[in-house]
Amino acid sequence: MELISNLALGFGVAWLPINLLCALAGCLLGIFFGLLPGLRAVAAMAAMAMLLPAVQALAPLPALTLLVGLYCGIRYGAAGADILVNRAAATPATLGDGYAMARQGRAGLALSSATLALFFGACAGTLVWVALVPVLGKLALQFGPAEFFALLLLGLTGAVVLGSGALLKGLAMAVLGLLLGLVGTDGHSGVVRFAFGVSELSDGIGLVVLAMGLFAYGEVISRLGRVLPVRELLAAPAQSLRPSLQDIKDIKGMGSALLRGTALGALLGLLPGDGVRLAALASQALEKKLPGKAGDIPLGKGNLRGLVAPQAALQAAAQTAFVPLMALGIAPNAVLALVLGAMTLHRVTPGPQLLGSNPQLFWGLIAAMWTVNLMLLLLNLSLARVWMRLLNLPYRWLFPAVLLICTIGAYSTRHSSLDVWLVAAFGVVGYVFDKLGMEPAPLLLGFVLGPLMEEQLRQALSQGDWSSFVTRPVSAGLLLAALVALVLLPALRSRLRKVAGQD
Amino acid sequence: MNLKNQKDFFAGLLFMALGVGFAWRASRYSLGQTASMGPGYFPLLLGAVLTLLGGILFFKALVFETEDGGRIGAWAWRALCFIALANGLFGALMGGLPWLGLQPMGLVIASLVLTLLAAKASTDFRWKEGLALALVLTLLGCIACIVLLKLQIPAWPFFATV
Repeated sequence: MELISNLALGFGVAWLPINLLCALAGCLLGIFFGLLPGLRAVAAMAAMAMLLPAVQALAPLPALTLLVGLYCGIRYGAAGADILVNRAAATPATLGDGYAMARQGRAGLALSSATLALFFGACAGTLVWVALVPVLGKLALQFGPAEFFALLLLGLTGAVVLGSGALLKGLAMAVLGLLLGLVGTDGHSGVVRFAFGVSELSDGIGLVVLAMGLFAYGEVISRLGRVLPVRELLAAPAQSLRPSLQDIKDIKGMGSALLRGTALGALLGLLPGDGVRLAALASQALEKKLPGKAGDIPLGKGNLRGLVAPQAALQAAAQTAFVPLMALGIAPNAVLALVLGAMTLHRVTPGPQLLGSNPQLFWGLIAAMWTVNLMLLLLNLSLARVWMRLLNLPYRWLFPAVLLICTIGAYSTRHSSLDVWLVAAFGVVGYVFDKLGMEPAPLLLGFVLGPLMEEQLRQALSQGDWSSFVTRPVSAGLLLAALVALVLLPALRSRLRKVAGQD
Repeated sequence: MNLKNQKDFFAGLLFMALGVGFAWRASRYSLGQTASMGPGYFPLLLGAVLTLLGGILFFKALVFETEDGGRIGAWAWRALCFIALANGLFGALMGGLPWLGLQPMGLVIASLVLTLLAAKASTDFRWKEGLALALVLTLLGCIACIVLLKLQIPAWPFFATV
């Protein structure tokens, strides 16, 4: 009963016209960025970074709804691009079943079932976080600084281990991020650190500036310098984008694959670090291991199961990734670090207190999740032909637009030319990182967590005793988990890749 | 010198340089004790860790064989230069450069310059197309920022504002 009244409260605020408008805008932008060639790997980051200035101008809930729409929409757009564009240009996160199906003239089935799978995963994943956040939040209230520090360390290690780059470089990038996060005035002593006499830097480096430089500018430069694989867009007649009656029967048989993918995704999404990427891989590996019915199309060659389960896993994981953010106030990956940044801009502190102090926002956000996913489902099913056309936009028209939005965004936050130039500087740095094979995502996460980690360490060591990290059981357990993750998970990751048949 | 992994070699070098730099700068702030950490304590610790990680990477790149030698490949100088130039001019046109006597020129001019120069970063740039693109994007950008989002940004040059 309490749940129903809470949800009523949530939908009451989420369905205000301004919130619905923001949800729609977020969804459309999300799909658009998900579809864009070249921005794929960093689409969510770049789009969110661009929207942060706009987010500043809105009230908290519409602002978060916009970001949530974008966050969820990216995967709907990406699913469309994966199905309609050949694999060489697609993300490695898909087996290629969707594209194979499209080649066999079943693009309509592939599009609609992928969309339904994403929707199902999102709804189930949201349910999981509704159930888990209050419980975890209560647990978190008992955490001391030692536990929080250990948890932050685990999250950071997790992000590195589950990321896509090399382990040693990822760790170094995370440490570099922590250091960059310390630039500016030290809250404890008032000393201005690493500002080199530049007065604008005494407030620290802006999250927007850093993210847009590294992700948007950096990506544009490195993409312009790369020889691109030929993009072969499926030239399907318009009718084949609509599912037929037989298709609907086929989708109905996918229930168990959907459930498997969702359960696996929801579980992996909870992992600190970027569990979302792992979820799709793991789900593919699982589907590949399961015996199919006789006469089934093999996985990777256009099997519906191989399309549906990973998509459900992906979106379920993307939802449960919110659990550490909402329950503990810790960003589990770089994209949610930006969501956390947006919350901080509005002086909303996610964590155990949020549910008590601002139930409207908490339940409103949950209602917004469902609303946004419903909108995305309808948009994706009805506008497939428009997406096809968007996929045809040449990159040389797109990247100046990306640069313009980022640059205006950087300027508008503080009206400072230095911020504009810093974006370009970080863009060049991001390009150098790309050339040297250094992944920027752990750096951004470290950047967000840096000041928090220093504060927790300061408090945990207030007795001058490092041993409190190992004598307190929860903290010791978390540190052990970080160590185990560092040793075991890289092997698991490469095994999953092998089973899923990539790299 | 025979590099087994060019990328890792330079990445390691970069990490070590940054680590030493941060640690050196941190050591000049007050360190405090473990029980009451000064502003230099945590950065010094991190700088040391970064240097260590960079060092391991550096030596691995010298010792362990890799398949392709981790080649860095050619740099995209054209893209780098045009994008840096476009951004630099945008900042200068928006904020003005008092020491050069340059006054703020407003969003419209800055956006046109930015998009046109940025478009030139692409190797298949065409003048007509580039100009049209710059005009359309500037128009859209100004509508979005000034009309829809109502950001407090001057649109026109300093002499045209009332």
